[in-house]
Amino acid sequence: MTAYDAIFWFFSLALLLCGVLVLISPNAVASGLYLVLSFFFLAGLYVLLQAFFLAMIQVLVYAGAIMVLFLFVIMLLDYRESRHWWHGNLLGLAGAPLAVAALAAALLPVLKRSGALAAAPEQWFEGTLENVMTPVFTRYLLPVEITALILLAATIGVVVLGRKEKQP
Amino acid sequence: MMHVGLIHYLAVSGALFALGLACIVLRRNALLVFMGLEMNLNAANLALVAFSRYGGHAEGQVLATFIIAIAAAEVAIGLAIIVALFRQRSSMVTDLLRSLKG
Repeated sequence: MTAYDAIFWFFSLALLLCGVLVLISPNAVASGLYLVLSFFFLAGLYVLLQAFFLAMIQVLVYAGAIMVLFLFVIMLLDYRESRHWWHGNLLGLAGAPLAVAALAAALLPVLKRSGALAAAPEQWFEGTLENVMTPVFTRYLLPVEITALILLAATIGVVVLGRKEKQP
Repeated sequence: MMHVGLIHYLAVSGALFALGLACIVLRRNALLVFMGLEMNLNAANLALVAFSRYGGHAEGQVLATFIIAIAAAEVAIGLAIIVALFRQRSSMVTDLLRSLKG
Protein backbone atom coordinates (compact mmCIF):
# COMPACT_ATOMS: atom_id res chain seq x y z
CA MET A 1 0.00 0.00 0.00
CA THR A 2 1.50 3.29 -1.06
CA ALA A 3 1.19 6.59 0.78
CA TYR A 4 -1.31 7.73 -1.87
CA ASP A 5 -3.56 4.77 -1.07
CA ALA A 6 -3.30 5.34 2.68
CA ILE A 7 -4.26 9.03 2.30
CA PHE A 8 -7.14 8.09 -0.01
CA TRP A 9 -8.53 5.59 2.49
CA PHE A 10 -8.17 8.06 5.35
CA PHE A 11 -9.98 10.86 3.51
CA SER A 12 -12.73 8.70 2.06
CA LEU A 13 -13.46 6.83 5.29
CA ALA A 14 -13.50 10.11 7.25
CA LEU A 15 -15.79 11.60 4.58
CA LEU A 16 -18.26 8.73 4.82
CA LEU A 17 -18.09 8.69 8.63
CA CYS A 18 -18.97 12.41 8.68
CA GLY A 19 -21.80 11.69 6.24
CA VAL A 20 -23.21 9.02 8.57
CA LEU A 21 -22.93 11.45 11.51
CA VAL A 22 -24.84 14.10 9.52
CA LEU A 23 -27.53 11.52 8.91
CA ILE A 24 -27.93 10.24 12.47
CA SER A 25 -27.16 13.29 14.61
CA PRO A 26 -30.28 14.45 16.48
CA ASN A 27 -29.01 18.03 16.69
CA ALA A 28 -29.21 20.18 13.53
CA VAL A 29 -26.19 22.30 14.49
CA ALA A 30 -24.06 19.17 14.94
CA SER A 31 -25.27 17.90 11.56
CA GLY A 32 -24.23 21.16 9.91
CA LEU A 33 -20.78 21.09 11.50
CA TYR A 34 -20.25 17.47 10.45
CA LEU A 35 -21.23 18.48 6.91
CA VAL A 36 -18.57 21.24 6.96
CA LEU A 37 -16.01 18.66 8.14
CA SER A 38 -17.03 16.23 5.39
CA PHE A 39 -16.51 18.98 2.78
CA PHE A 40 -12.95 19.47 4.06
CA PHE A 41 -12.26 15.75 3.58
CA LEU A 42 -13.82 15.96 0.11
CA ALA A 43 -11.41 18.81 -0.67
CA GLY A 44 -8.61 16.43 0.38
CA LEU A 45 -9.86 13.88 -2.16
CA TYR A 46 -9.85 16.63 -4.82
CA VAL A 47 -6.21 17.35 -4.01
CA LEU A 48 -5.45 13.63 -4.46
CA LEU A 49 -7.12 13.89 -7.88
CA GLN A 50 -4.85 16.86 -8.69
CA ALA A 51 -7.90 19.15 -8.84
CA PHE A 52 -6.24 21.95 -6.90
CA PHE A 53 -8.54 24.72 -8.09
CA LEU A 54 -11.69 22.80 -7.18
CA ALA A 55 -10.22 21.85 -3.80
CA MET A 56 -9.69 25.53 -3.07
CA ILE A 57 -13.20 26.45 -4.27
CA GLN A 58 -14.62 23.59 -2.18
CA VAL A 59 -13.08 25.03 0.98
CA LEU A 60 -13.66 28.71 0.21
CA VAL A 61 -17.13 28.59 -1.34
CA TYR A 62 -18.70 25.39 -0.03
CA ALA A 63 -17.29 25.05 3.48
CA GLY A 64 -16.68 28.77 3.83
CA ALA A 65 -19.70 30.54 2.33
CA ILE A 66 -22.53 28.08 1.71
CA MET A 67 -22.20 26.17 4.97
CA VAL A 68 -21.79 29.37 6.99
CA LEU A 69 -25.12 30.54 5.50
CA PHE A 70 -26.57 27.16 6.47
CA LEU A 71 -25.31 27.32 10.05
CA PHE A 72 -26.44 30.95 10.29
CA VAL A 73 -30.01 29.97 9.39
CA ILE A 74 -29.95 26.94 11.73
CA MET A 75 -28.84 29.10 14.65
CA LEU A 76 -31.13 32.00 13.69
CA LEU A 77 -34.27 29.86 13.68
CA ASP A 78 -33.08 27.78 16.67
CA TYR A 79 -35.66 25.13 15.88
CA ARG A 80 -35.78 21.93 17.90
CA GLU A 81 -37.85 18.96 16.86
CA SER A 82 -40.31 17.95 19.54
CA ARG A 83 -39.20 14.32 19.20
CA HIS A 84 -36.20 12.51 17.75
CA TRP A 85 -36.30 11.81 14.03
CA TRP A 86 -36.48 8.04 14.49
CA HIS A 87 -39.62 8.17 16.66
CA GLY A 88 -42.79 7.37 14.74
CA ASN A 89 -40.97 7.59 11.41
CA LEU A 90 -41.82 4.10 10.15
CA LEU A 91 -42.33 5.26 6.57
CA GLY A 92 -38.86 6.83 6.48
CA LEU A 93 -37.15 3.92 8.27
CA ALA A 94 -38.70 1.49 5.80
CA GLY A 95 -38.26 3.71 2.75
CA ALA A 96 -34.60 4.68 3.20
CA PRO A 97 -33.17 1.12 2.89
CA LEU A 98 -35.43 0.55 -0.11
CA ALA A 99 -34.24 3.76 -1.78
CA VAL A 100 -30.57 2.95 -1.06
CA ALA A 101 -31.04 -0.62 -2.34
CA ALA A 102 -32.59 0.69 -5.56
CA LEU A 103 -29.68 3.11 -5.96
CA ALA A 104 -27.15 0.31 -5.36
CA ALA A 105 -28.90 -1.92 -7.90
CA ALA A 106 -28.62 0.87 -10.46
CA LEU A 107 -24.99 1.79 -9.67
CA LEU A 108 -23.28 -1.58 -9.14
CA PRO A 109 -23.42 -2.67 -12.83
CA VAL A 110 -21.92 0.69 -13.81
CA LEU A 111 -19.15 0.30 -11.22
CA LYS A 112 -18.35 -3.21 -12.49
CA ARG A 113 -18.02 -1.95 -16.04
CA SER A 114 -15.88 1.07 -15.14
CA GLY A 115 -12.93 -1.18 -14.26
CA ALA A 116 -11.77 -1.30 -17.88
CA LEU A 117 -11.88 2.49 -18.08
CA ALA A 118 -9.61 2.84 -15.06
CA ALA A 119 -6.99 0.37 -16.26
CA ALA A 120 -4.61 2.70 -18.07
CA PRO A 121 -5.36 6.38 -18.54
CA GLU A 122 -3.56 7.64 -21.62
CA GLN A 123 -3.14 11.11 -20.22
CA TRP A 124 -3.75 12.59 -16.81
CA PHE A 125 -5.59 15.84 -16.40
CA GLU A 126 -4.13 18.30 -13.93
CA GLY A 127 -6.78 20.63 -12.50
CA THR A 128 -4.78 23.80 -12.14
CA LEU A 129 -6.51 27.18 -12.31
CA GLU A 130 -5.34 27.71 -15.89
CA ASN A 131 -6.37 24.28 -17.15
CA VAL A 132 -9.86 24.48 -15.64
CA MET A 133 -10.75 28.10 -16.25
CA THR A 134 -9.43 28.48 -19.82
CA PRO A 135 -12.25 26.36 -21.27
CA VAL A 136 -14.73 28.07 -18.95
CA PHE A 137 -13.98 31.51 -20.41
CA THR A 138 -13.52 30.39 -24.03
CA ARG A 139 -15.61 27.42 -25.11
CA TYR A 140 -18.15 27.63 -22.27
CA LEU A 141 -18.62 31.40 -22.17
CA LEU A 142 -22.37 31.26 -22.85
CA PRO A 143 -23.04 28.90 -19.88
CA VAL A 144 -21.02 31.27 -17.69
CA GLU A 145 -23.26 34.16 -18.70
CA ILE A 146 -26.37 32.05 -18.06
CA THR A 147 -24.99 31.12 -14.63
CA ALA A 148 -24.53 34.82 -13.90
CA LEU A 149 -28.18 35.41 -14.83
CA ILE A 150 -29.27 32.54 -12.57
CA LEU A 151 -27.30 34.04 -9.67
CA LEU A 152 -28.96 37.42 -10.31
CA ALA A 153 -32.39 35.76 -10.40
CA ALA A 154 -31.59 33.93 -7.16
CA THR A 155 -30.56 37.19 -5.49
CA ILE A 156 -33.80 38.92 -6.53
CA GLY A 157 -35.79 35.84 -5.50
CA VAL A 158 -34.23 35.83 -2.03
CA VAL A 159 -35.05 39.52 -1.58
CA VAL A 160 -38.67 38.90 -2.60
CA LEU A 161 -38.99 35.80 -0.42
CA GLY A 162 -37.40 37.52 2.56
CA ARG A 163 -39.87 40.42 2.65
CA LYS A 164 -42.32 40.50 5.52
CA GLU A 165 -45.88 40.09 4.34
CA LYS A 166 -48.18 42.92 5.32
CA GLN A 167 -50.88 41.83 7.73
CA PRO A 168 -54.36 42.43 6.22
CA MET B 1 -4.82 -4.96 -1.91
CA MET B 2 -5.39 -3.33 -5.27
CA HIS B 3 -4.19 0.18 -5.90
CA VAL B 4 -6.58 3.09 -5.76
CA GLY B 5 -8.11 3.82 -9.14
CA LEU B 6 -11.14 5.37 -10.74
CA ILE B 7 -13.45 2.68 -9.39
CA HIS B 8 -12.58 3.56 -5.79
CA TYR B 9 -13.48 7.20 -6.28
CA LEU B 10 -16.72 6.18 -7.98
CA ALA B 11 -17.54 3.85 -5.07
CA VAL B 12 -16.96 6.62 -2.53
CA SER B 13 -19.10 8.95 -4.65
CA GLY B 14 -21.89 6.38 -4.81
CA ALA B 15 -21.74 5.80 -1.04
CA LEU B 16 -21.91 9.56 -0.39
CA PHE B 17 -24.88 9.83 -2.74
CA ALA B 18 -26.61 6.97 -0.88
CA LEU B 19 -26.03 8.76 2.44
CA GLY B 20 -27.54 11.95 1.03
CA LEU B 21 -30.51 10.00 -0.31
CA ALA B 22 -31.06 8.34 3.08
CA CYS B 23 -30.85 11.79 4.72
CA ILE B 24 -33.56 13.12 2.37
CA VAL B 25 -35.86 10.15 2.98
CA LEU B 26 -35.28 9.74 6.72
CA ARG B 27 -35.14 13.22 8.20
CA ARG B 28 -38.24 15.32 8.82
CA ASN B 29 -36.48 18.61 9.46
CA ALA B 30 -36.48 20.59 6.20
CA LEU B 31 -32.93 21.84 6.87
CA LEU B 32 -31.64 18.25 7.16
CA VAL B 33 -33.41 17.32 3.92
CA PHE B 34 -31.56 20.22 2.32
CA MET B 35 -28.23 19.00 3.74
CA GLY B 36 -28.90 15.61 2.14
CA LEU B 37 -29.35 17.43 -1.17
CA GLU B 38 -25.96 19.10 -0.69
CA MET B 39 -24.35 15.70 -0.09
CA ASN B 40 -25.87 14.45 -3.36
CA LEU B 41 -24.45 17.42 -5.27
CA ASN B 42 -21.01 16.83 -3.77
CA ALA B 43 -21.13 13.13 -4.62
CA ALA B 44 -21.84 14.07 -8.23
CA ASN B 45 -18.94 16.54 -8.14
CA LEU B 46 -16.55 13.87 -6.85
CA ALA B 47 -17.53 11.50 -9.68
CA LEU B 48 -17.11 14.29 -12.26
CA VAL B 49 -13.67 15.26 -10.96
CA ALA B 50 -12.55 11.61 -10.90
CA PHE B 51 -13.74 11.08 -14.50
CA SER B 52 -11.97 14.28 -15.54
CA ARG B 53 -8.72 13.16 -13.90
CA TYR B 54 -8.73 9.66 -15.33
CA GLY B 55 -10.18 10.62 -18.71
CA GLY B 56 -7.64 13.36 -19.29
CA HIS B 57 -10.10 16.11 -20.19
CA ALA B 58 -11.17 19.36 -18.53
CA GLU B 59 -14.93 19.08 -19.01
CA GLY B 60 -15.64 17.23 -15.76
CA GLN B 61 -14.00 19.88 -13.61
CA VAL B 62 -15.63 22.68 -15.63
CA LEU B 63 -19.02 21.10 -14.98
CA ALA B 64 -18.16 20.70 -11.26
CA THR B 65 -17.35 24.43 -11.12
CA PHE B 66 -20.76 25.23 -12.62
CA ILE B 67 -22.45 22.87 -10.15
CA ILE B 68 -20.84 24.72 -7.23
CA ALA B 69 -22.05 28.08 -8.61
CA ILE B 70 -25.59 26.76 -9.11
CA ALA B 71 -25.51 25.15 -5.65
CA ALA B 72 -24.78 28.57 -4.13
CA ALA B 73 -27.88 30.04 -5.81
CA GLU B 74 -29.93 27.00 -4.85
CA VAL B 75 -28.91 27.20 -1.19
CA ALA B 76 -29.79 30.91 -1.01
CA ILE B 77 -33.27 30.31 -2.48
CA GLY B 78 -33.89 27.14 -0.45
CA LEU B 79 -32.93 28.74 2.85
CA ALA B 80 -35.10 31.79 2.07
CA ILE B 81 -38.03 29.43 1.44
CA ILE B 82 -37.35 27.58 4.71
CA VAL B 83 -37.16 30.86 6.66
CA ALA B 84 -40.43 32.06 5.07
CA LEU B 85 -42.01 28.69 5.92
CA PHE B 86 -40.81 28.91 9.51
CA ARG B 87 -42.26 32.40 9.84
CA GLN B 88 -45.65 31.23 8.67
CA ARG B 89 -45.92 27.83 10.36
CA SER B 90 -43.39 28.06 13.24
CA SER B 91 -42.26 24.61 12.20
CA MET B 92 -39.89 22.97 9.77
CA VAL B 93 -41.29 19.45 9.85
CA THR B 94 -41.90 18.40 6.26
CA ASP B 95 -44.77 16.09 7.30
CA LEU B 96 -46.89 19.14 8.14
CA LEU B 97 -46.68 20.57 4.64
CA ARG B 98 -49.76 18.95 3.19
CA SER B 99 -51.97 21.89 2.23
CA LEU B 100 -51.67 20.87 -1.44
CA LYS B 101 -52.89 17.35 -0.64
CA GLY B 102 -56.46 16.83 -1.86
